Amino acid sequence: MTLAEKILAAHAGCDSVEPGQFLRVKVDLVMTTDATGLISVHQFEKMGAQRVFDPQKVVFVMDHFTPCRNIESAEVVKKLREFARQQGLRWYDVGQAGICHVLLPEKGLVLPGEVVVGGDSHTCTYGALGAFATGMGSTDIAAAMATGDVWMQVPISLRFNYHGRLQPWVTGKDLILYTIGRIGVDGATYAAMEFGGEAIAELGMDDRFSMANMAIEAGGKAGLFEVDQKTLAYVKARARRTFSVFEPDPEANYAKVHEFEVSNLEPQVSLPHSPANAVDVSQVGTVEIDQAVIGSCTNGRLDDLRLAARVLKGRKVHSRVRCIVVPGSQEVYLQAVREGLVEDFIQAGAVVTPPTCGPCPGGHLGVIGEGERCVSSTNRNFIGRMGSPGAEIYLANPAVAAASAVSGVICHPQEVAKA
Amino acid sequence: MIRGRAHKFGDNIDTDGIIPVYAVNLTEPEELGRYCMANLDPEFAGRVRPGDILVAGKNFGCGSSREVAPWSIKGAGISCVIAESFARIFFRNAINIALPVIICPTAARQTADGDELQIDLSRGEIRNLTQGEVFKAVPYPKFISELIAAGGLVEHIRQRLQREQEPPRP
Repeated sequence: MTLAEKILAAHAGCDSVEPGQFLRVKVDLVMTTDATGLISVHQFEKMGAQRVFDPQKVVFVMDHFTPCRNIESAEVVKKLREFARQQGLRWYDVGQAGICHVLLPEKGLVLPGEVVVGGDSHTCTYGALGAFATGMGSTDIAAAMATGDVWMQVPISLRFNYHGRLQPWVTGKDLILYTIGRIGVDGATYAAMEFGGEAIAELGMDDRFSMANMAIEAGGKAGLFEVDQKTLAYVKARARRTFSVFEPDPEANYAKVHEFEVSNLEPQVSLPHSPANAVDVSQVGTVEIDQAVIGSCTNGRLDDLRLAARVLKGRKVHSRVRCIVVPGSQEVYLQAVREGLVEDFIQAGAVVTPPTCGPCPGGHLGVIGEGERCVSSTNRNFIGRMGSPGAEIYLANPAVAAASAVSGVICHPQEVAKA
Repeated sequence: MIRGRAHKFGDNIDTDGIIPVYAVNLTEPEELGRYCMANLDPEFAGRVRPGDILVAGKNFGCGSSREVAPWSIKGAGISCVIAESFARIFFRNAINIALPVIICPTAARQTADGDELQIDLSRGEIRNLTQGEVFKAVPYPKFISELIAAGGLVEHIRQRLQREQEPPRP
């Protein structure tokens, strides 16, 4: 069995499972946010449910439009707060919260071998920890809150092996943009993506989170990494309960195995309006930008901010550009303050916002207007994603976003900084 | 039986295209319906007549998990979505809220904008009245058919919770 199949089998009480099989899968954690949570609460009530299946295993994170952007979002958060209080479930609000997919692993709420469902499509992020995690809509999340399980069809598994040694300024984000560029936005639809190879073994956890995060951008149901010493070091500092480590069998059945040689890979940029429009940064041409965003559930972690600071420290953001840095959580923010990164950003002329999804889904703190161009370390460049349908979004890693903020045009980080 | 005019869209229509972020805090289907497809075609919601059918290419509904996407389609008055294929979360969401979604690559490709369609959901049959063609939908797996028969996931879970709460019979 593949990694995904092993985890699902263990959670469905089966010795083995096969792609296409329908299962009732026990979940270890159910998560939702202020973006989709209120419909879940309404559906939960319509189901006639009284109590959530286990208040310790249900987490509400206020991250999308918080600190609240308008009256509507304030009313949503008020209602969710009331429900969370009545049910006694885990609640993260302004001051404790961060972007859910940065926060949950940090807090040790997701561990290897677990099954997690979240009311947000980027729930697949937790696959970096060797968990099976997938995004669902509000009604599915309501059902999971009520019953502690979900119906699932066992996905086919696709294996992605990355070979070689990455060049300076090339990150996990570049590997995933490149992969989506190769297989397309529906290249992994309904599938579990399993990432491996020696280039992956070299990646730190934050890079792995970036990759698992964007499995959904290829249509994937989950994006999983095998657990290694780096994973264990990350979770052991945070876990407050036991967990199981699963490994794919050597003879596991993959619908397809992709082998990528990435030693010469350049930083990637996905051109408007699809994450699959990935090209080498040297092929972008001259693209003047109005805004650069560094943050999000894809690239709002400490390694991402360190990378951006290496570019921005001692330099100035171009006079035409707004550069917005969004730490992914309070922990990331505090550590960025301690390491002097926030000072580097402010000295460079960037603005640092509170932890939030903010500009990535066009919520607040950096919405873009008609005809504007934004280079962004986020995950989606769909029409209208960050604001006006007449705007353009270019996806890139945090170093490319930072370097472009300095030069005013999309560029390779080596053009403004030393590796 | 469903009957209505086809509104044709292309491949990879994403959820930001279906419902813009500034409308996602709304919860009433009728309100959401006013913003349906606003980023791609601001006139769309105004053109739809109740019962009309949305026809799209590959990977319809890719992107976010926002359930307000299928709610807004329903709220706009669309009775059914036919596509070559659907993104996973959108497909689940639509089934869960009882918005009929049909996988039929041939019908999706051959239907033209404005064609009159008639759909028999129980038989999985799509009749293009304008072109005089009949298409067969890809059948649902058994479990999905049961969910649809129950009227969606809310009703399915409601019945299950009721069963589980009944005291065991001696």
